[in-house]
Amino acid sequence: MTDDTGHSGFHYSERDVQREVTDLEGRSATAARIFDLRRIIGGLFVLYGIIVTITGITDSRAEIDKAQGININLWTGIGMLLLGVFFLVWLWLRPTPPPLPPAEEADG
Amino acid sequence: MQNPTDAPVSPTHGATNLTTDLTTDLAAGLRLPTNGLDYTILAIYFAVVLGIGFAARRSVRTSLDFFLSGRSLPAWITGLAFISANLAATEILGMAANSAQYGAYTVHWYWIGAIPAMVFLGLVMMPFYYGSKVRSVPEMLLLRFDRAAHLLSSILFAFAAILIAGVNLYALAIVVEALLGWPQWVAIVVAGAFVLAYITLGGLSSAIYNEVLQFFVILAALIPLSVLGLKKAGGWGGLVDKLTAAHGHDFTTAWGGTGIGSANPLGANWLTIVLGLGFVLSFGYWTTNFAEVQRALSAKNLSAAQRTPLIAAYPKIFIVFLVMIPGLVAAALVPGIGTSGSDLQYNDAIPYLMSQLLPNGVLGIAVTGLLAAFMAGMAANVSSFNTVFTNDIWAKYVVRGRADDYYVRFGRLITAIGVSASIGTAFLASSFSNIMSYLQTLFSFFNVPMFVVFVVGMFWKRASAKSGFWGLLAGTMTAMVNYFVLYKRHVIGIPSDQGANFVSAIAGFVAGAIVMVIVSLFTAPKPAEELEGLVYGTRSPGMAEPPAPGDEAWYRRPALLGWGAVILAALCYVPFSF
Repeated sequence: MTDDTGHSGFHYSERDVQREVTDLEGRSATAARIFDLRRIIGGLFVLYGIIVTITGITDSRAEIDKAQGININLWTGIGMLLLGVFFLVWLWLRPTPPPLPPAEEADG
Repeated sequence: MQNPTDAPVSPTHGATNLTTDLTTDLAAGLRLPTNGLDYTILAIYFAVVLGIGFAARRSVRTSLDFFLSGRSLPAWITGLAFISANLAATEILGMAANSAQYGAYTVHWYWIGAIPAMVFLGLVMMPFYYGSKVRSVPEMLLLRFDRAAHLLSSILFAFAAILIAGVNLYALAIVVEALLGWPQWVAIVVAGAFVLAYITLGGLSSAIYNEVLQFFVILAALIPLSVLGLKKAGGWGGLVDKLTAAHGHDFTTAWGGTGIGSANPLGANWLTIVLGLGFVLSFGYWTTNFAEVQRALSAKNLSAAQRTPLIAAYPKIFIVFLVMIPGLVAAALVPGIGTSGSDLQYNDAIPYLMSQLLPNGVLGIAVTGLLAAFMAGMAANVSSFNTVFTNDIWAKYVVRGRADDYYVRFGRLITAIGVSASIGTAFLASSFSNIMSYLQTLFSFFNVPMFVVFVVGMFWKRASAKSGFWGLLAGTMTAMVNYFVLYKRHVIGIPSDQGANFVSAIAGFVAGAIVMVIVSLFTAPKPAEELEGLVYGTRSPGMAEPPAPGDEAWYRRPALLGWGAVILAALCYVPFSF
């Protein structure tokens, strides 16, 4: 009883949602066109890591004393650098897989 | 539904803390010694945020791309976005405040008040959500119940999302004014404009990508802060000794003083903690709040959708230390914090430690992390609001059956309107903060009946189409009457807002369930063929899809991930139980 009314109709069933969303999934561009986030995280954290590490290397006694005797800029900088490198290495080892053509996805 | 302040469960702690305490005065002496280096770090972040928006723009072709990232994101991204949408700045500051005020009780909001519900969402509910291909939580109610339940939940969600987005924006303005000295309106307009730009451009994908980025920046801010805080307090042992001397032994335990009938500052006993916080409030927030569930619905297949909250559960278990330690350290270092004898409020715990301990450089990272967390909290609400408003209200009741690109354009328009409305809400909040905190509490009680209706509808196929609406209404009303009449007018004696909140949630849950049963018995059940894939024990075509290659790997099995998280959270309780 729901088939004839469709998605603009008064009655809305799971079949309508399935049909509508499956159709939209077929035309979706996200999988094919979205950039790989690992590149952005990797790039930003390498940059932050370099900036903060250099700050740590050049920090004076006053900064280190403020941070309870720990050169926190140096350690945080190195940590961020490692995180950034991790994402770039991951991206390098397992590059973005080419997206499946949408038609294939439908019949598995 | 929406939970105020994105705090995991409690409408009182975050809501009242941030809208009353933060409003009245974030202590004046918190101005951070920021310099050009810190501002450079902040500026780089803002540039990247915008860049993500522009770069994500070309991936938006259909409304599904704009509202649900085309259901195509990998699990690690949706999982980290899931935790990030919850880890808004109001949550970070609010939970640190909670720790400074109540001590180690804070762990309950994480280990019992989040993990079981997240695992339940992933293992039990996600096959129904994802398999039925619904685009929102209200749409699920439309399929299982009727238009009345759908419209009621959609409208309340839309209102609540804007309200919370506005409160986030306002809280950001207060913090930025105190820490950086920017006038409030500058912070509100700048943050609002950035969120508007990146969501309008790239839709949910750019919101989610920014949330993942924010997750790492906030860790980079909180880890050094916690390490230095602990060092200053004399290590964990020194911290516990100081707090035990000042506040007693129970302050650093999770369950001390929570026996029924014994008094503790939280105003709750173990039973209300387990049932109210751990069961009703937590399940209501984590399993039916669309701002969270939306992240899982954007995953690329059922396995990834199931793993979304499970991957999020692991950082959630440990993040509590990064917010609790600064709160406890502040309580140990500033003896009168939060009382009239001190300039500092509980909410100042993290900003205070930032100003005391962090040198320029890491300070810039911390400021960036805090601002990023405020913006992500707002963006999560805006990106779920535009989805519900477009798909569930506009496309179903107002302008139906138009071509898909019309709804993409409308989604962008309503994003702009939504952000403008939150900016307006933020300005309103600055003059009527009491009303705002009242409204937040009000909306938060909607989580509870949402959860009743979902659970009864999912596990009892006899629940009729009409029972959804009446269950929602009855549960909300009961929770509100219990809180605003019985508790606020002292008809029943509950020692604190937190405790009253837990009890109201339990009352709302029970009332909603009873009304659903009664209404179902007197109205016709839904035909069995309309319940396929919506009720436990049935299947929908979406659940039958074959697993993607690689998903059979043991570390990707949802059951293992889920039970692993539950066991780990239970083990974490051990050192805090004696």
